[in-house]
Amino acid sequence: MEATRTALVLDLKGLLCPIPVVKLAQAIKTVQVGDLIEATATDPGVLADIPAWCRSTGHELVSIGRAEKIIRFAVRRVK
Amino acid sequence: MAAVATQVEVLSRQQVDTGNKLTMIVFSGEMDRAIAAFNIATGAAASGMDVTMFFTFWGLQTIKKPARTGRSLMGRMLGWFLNDVDSLGPSKMNFGGAGRWMFKQMMKSHNATPVAELRALATDLGVKMLACQMSMDVMEIGREQLIDDVQGVAGVAAMLEEAAHSKITLFI
Repeated sequence: MEATRTALVLDLKGLLCPIPVVKLAQAIKTVQVGDLIEATATDPGVLADIPAWCRSTGHELVSIGRAEKIIRFAVRRVK
Repeated sequence: MAAVATQVEVLSRQQVDTGNKLTMIVFSGEMDRAIAAFNIATGAAASGMDVTMFFTFWGLQTIKKPARTGRSLMGRMLGWFLNDVDSLGPSKMNFGGAGRWMFKQMMKSHNATPVAELRALATDLGVKMLACQMSMDVMEIGREQLIDDVQGVAGVAAMLEEAAHSKITLFI
């Protein structure tokens, strides 16, 4: 298990489709391969979109979950 | 077994040739359809796809500067009724512009991104925008009356070539 550092924390709260995915796509280019991006969001569409985005792009969805109105997820840059 | 493996390899290579690409024909010139078009384009580009948008007929309004268009009498008359991306009305319930105002208010209050910003974002993400030469000629819309984000003008053969190499092709 390689050491993972959280390189970036994104606040996507209040943002609607397609902006959360666009911001994540822009952010992933700024971190190194293996780095983790943690994010918070409020748009429930994110629950479907972020896993789909990871499948499309090949980046790893480390975790995603919802507590009350806040959705948290973590994505690792794979390539 | 070896033959099957070769076949699989050939097929997978063909799939690569198809490319992770999306081609979109934007025919419509209404606010809601423009939002859908630029939303899908930015989402696809953010998901790593090559995206080409072809704008034709009423869709040209979504890439037009606010400038008036038209050279002939009828062309200028048409020009009076053409909008730019910020002045498009929704395809339903426009009610002479009240619907446009209402939609803009509601989008603002829900923090949805205005369509002009989505369009700028599309350019930032590398979406290629091409305008249809024939409809520009017919509607008397000049290249200089389209926004600078437009990379060029093209015809049906160019669009079909891009579509043939795309996984997804949409007509909006």
